[in-house]
Amino acid sequence: MKFGVLQFPGSCDDRDAQLACARVGEAVMLWHGDRDLQGVDAVVVPGGFSYGDYLRAGAIARFSPIMESVIAFANDGGLVLGICNGFQVLCEAHLLPGALLPNTELRFVCRQVELEVVDADTPFTNLCAPGERLSIPAKHMTGRFHAPDLDPDLVVVRYATGHCFNGSQDEIAGVRNAAGNVFGLMPHPEHAVDPLTGSVDGLRVFESMARAAGVTGPNTAAVSHTR
Amino acid sequence: MRPESGAAKAVALGLTEAEYDGIVDRLEREPNQVELAMFSLMWSEHCAYKHSKKLLRTLPTEGPRLVLGPGENAGAVDVGDGWSVAFKVESHNHPSAVEPFQGAATGVGGILRDVFAIGARPIAVLDSLRFGEPTSERSRYLLDHAVAGIGHYGNSIGVATVGGEVYFEAPYEQNCLVNAMCVGLVRTEALIRSAAAGVGNQLVLFGASTGRDGIGGASVLASAELGEADDDKRPTVQIGDPFEEKKLLECSLELLDRGLLVALQDLGAAGLTSSSSEMASKGGVGLEIDVRKVPLREPGMAPFEIMVSESQERMLCVCEPANVEAVLEVCARWEVGGTVIGEITDTRRMVIRDGGEVVGDMPVEALVDDCPLYDLEPARPAAPLYAAPAVTLAAADADDPSAALLALLGSPNIASRRALFEQYDALVGSRTVRRPETADAAVLLMPHGSAIAVSIDGSGRRVAADPYRGAVEAVLECAANLACVGAEPLGLTNCLNFGNPEKPHIAWQLTEAVRGLGDACRALDVPVVGGNVSLYNEGGGGPIYPTPVVGMVGELPDPLHAGRTGFAREGDAIAVAGPLRPSLAASELAKLRGDALPDALAEIDVAAVRAAHGAIRDAVRAGRLSSAHDVAEGGVLVAVAECCLAGDLGALLELGDDAGDLVTRLFGEGAGGFVVSGPADALRALADRVPVEVIGRVEGGSLRVTLDGEDRVALELARLRAAHGALAELFA
Repeated sequence: MKFGVLQFPGSCDDRDAQLACARVGEAVMLWHGDRDLQGVDAVVVPGGFSYGDYLRAGAIARFSPIMESVIAFANDGGLVLGICNGFQVLCEAHLLPGALLPNTELRFVCRQVELEVVDADTPFTNLCAPGERLSIPAKHMTGRFHAPDLDPDLVVVRYATGHCFNGSQDEIAGVRNAAGNVFGLMPHPEHAVDPLTGSVDGLRVFESMARAAGVTGPNTAAVSHTR
Repeated sequence: MRPESGAAKAVALGLTEAEYDGIVDRLEREPNQVELAMFSLMWSEHCAYKHSKKLLRTLPTEGPRLVLGPGENAGAVDVGDGWSVAFKVESHNHPSAVEPFQGAATGVGGILRDVFAIGARPIAVLDSLRFGEPTSERSRYLLDHAVAGIGHYGNSIGVATVGGEVYFEAPYEQNCLVNAMCVGLVRTEALIRSAAAGVGNQLVLFGASTGRDGIGGASVLASAELGEADDDKRPTVQIGDPFEEKKLLECSLELLDRGLLVALQDLGAAGLTSSSSEMASKGGVGLEIDVRKVPLREPGMAPFEIMVSESQERMLCVCEPANVEAVLEVCARWEVGGTVIGEITDTRRMVIRDGGEVVGDMPVEALVDDCPLYDLEPARPAAPLYAAPAVTLAAADADDPSAALLALLGSPNIASRRALFEQYDALVGSRTVRRPETADAAVLLMPHGSAIAVSIDGSGRRVAADPYRGAVEAVLECAANLACVGAEPLGLTNCLNFGNPEKPHIAWQLTEAVRGLGDACRALDVPVVGGNVSLYNEGGGGPIYPTPVVGMVGELPDPLHAGRTGFAREGDAIAVAGPLRPSLAASELAKLRGDALPDALAEIDVAAVRAAHGAIRDAVRAGRLSSAHDVAEGGVLVAVAECCLAGDLGALLELGDDAGDLVTRLFGEGAGGFVVSGPADALRALADRVPVEVIGRVEGGSLRVTLDGEDRVALELARLRAAHGALAELFA
């Protein structure tokens, strides 16, 4: 399994995503100015503040050269996971329905939240059980999901009761596209892959992707914390 | 005869007439506008430490794990396996008092640059904040905006804000304190210094373009008391751009990775002036800079403005001529502007050109090293400096342990900081093993599998009561926080926030506090790796509480055994361990009662406290304790309540009739005490090394205290939690 993690100027959780992917496969960084996806089996659009996000979260990143290739990859059925800012970028790119608006309280909030798996029949949740709860941190200022005409079948995960702090419509935490190969998630599964740092529930997302891609093999490119 | 205007201009820029004469002597002529502007900043308190340098030289700076000591952008200690941890704390008080969001944000930006300037990747930020009482609208405004500014910068640049502290005291009403600490990680062999070297090597300025922001920030803002018309000083506060700095950070680290740089330095206070002249001074060389080559944000800037602009997000590097092209290529890849603005010379002079014209020419030594240093004239004040705090808890309630506990838990200095720290990303980087409120210190994973712990501490009120012992306590408390997670201190950084040192009573506070810091560091064998001094923290209402803030980095071999604050297991025994001698003097309860500050704090047996730290640390590392928490603000019962809330488990404390004064015993404060829980035999084993008094056990869903079998406190956890959440209401 070969993951590609996009790297924009302003990406913050790119190394974290790479570390998480490296627990289940190989993980390479893909530079925003390139167009070559290096033959990856799945793309991860990580969290952060791409290009500073001064205009609107994800608005500029959507027009980067690498996103042309990601859009084509997604339209061909390739697996694409957008986390937080990545979710925002995928919405801006119209690969996912809806938009992300500022949190109701207009504050950045960093909190461990519980998610409830609504749809366990996706390439990103196939190792979960329906209704299963995942403990994963969320941290954002612009995470209020809004899609008035959303097809309810596209909801993959919700915040568990009492855990939605941002005012998202129907407490939605993550949605997929109609084809099911693109998934956007506001909380950060890449920060929940190590018991030392709190939880391993996020690992399920990356392992599900590997299973869905049908590419298994030894993890030969584990990345350690370096500079 | 010199024209009067020269000296008058110098005074307006914050110099004294005698200092102006000194500049004329060193130049052997009158300085021109560019030179005077540069001298006024380099000879400001902020850059030259002219009232503090002699004191700072008394601090211990040697230690077996020290890699980089004072004098560089940040200090560093060896954490094993070829890795070092760099860290430093710095103030941004006056900018924050004038414009809290940008003042705090640029404070974070500046301290991050200090850390990546030595080649380390920033991995954590901590902050230490002081405001007036939250009953004041102005203090709530400052707090709200300063916290938002810290979050804005740290979150956007992707560095975890993992810890900090905030206290509310009336003396900070006019002059808040915003101190930020950054911790970075670097391969020891990759550390880079700031000394310019190699005649003919090129000076490259990279990062943001230069504007008129922040002119005079270090002199007229940072090195003077705040006054009535300080809104006029808003233009001296810079505007931060974390995206620009994120690119600058990645660009700098890539330049270093590729081995393209000879030296690197950030541009902070006094901008190009301080960065370039300090690089030249350290390297024993001269520099020639052409201000016309500096990319400008706005047209028509005069050469002196370019030289002293404090525009944010800029770095200066020295590289060999053959590497210039490669350096500029890396800059371009990160969309960071890079320009050659000068070169290294062998003249030991700072020559400033504007195209073909020389507009400044000064000996480096005069500018950087020759600032006159002043002896302080300390005198212990004859009368109390600070008014007694307002009474917020009636005497009868203060004698009732239940009422006192609830009042303390809900008081601004003890209430949960959750509403604040939730605005910070504490997780980015995937190293945060202990987050805020789960342990007494943040614990961060290291690349080779061990971990470091970081903490920041200070207590203005206790230092105001007794500058020497208060400062000793600050160091001990920081070390106690590390002990609670199982970490041993490796190094310390400090930020000395004081009033105007030219006043004898402030000089006394400063002198005593530095003596305390030095003695405590020597007693613990912890070197000071660097720090910052912030003086002139006075508003119309008088000086702030003297506030030395200390930040420490420690190490623990096994993150699996990092300690926790919260009780973890029903039936565990609870004990108070350590040589705690509780006293209500200068305590939080005394504040709520409206007691005036005492003349002195109780004497501290530092060796006994150090021994207690060692015992707790070893027990935590061995996994023998379920929880450990130091006794600090609010005393033993507040510490127990915090353990209950953090672990969501109740406690039953059974005190016998030999308890003495119950209120003092429960709420008195002092150094060296810990509340620990664990199996009874583990606590008995601990008693071989340190005084241990078993006071109860972890039990149920409420906190009960009995005296001779009679309930004196019986409060449900929900009630404690509600009281502890008082600060959240400020953010509703």
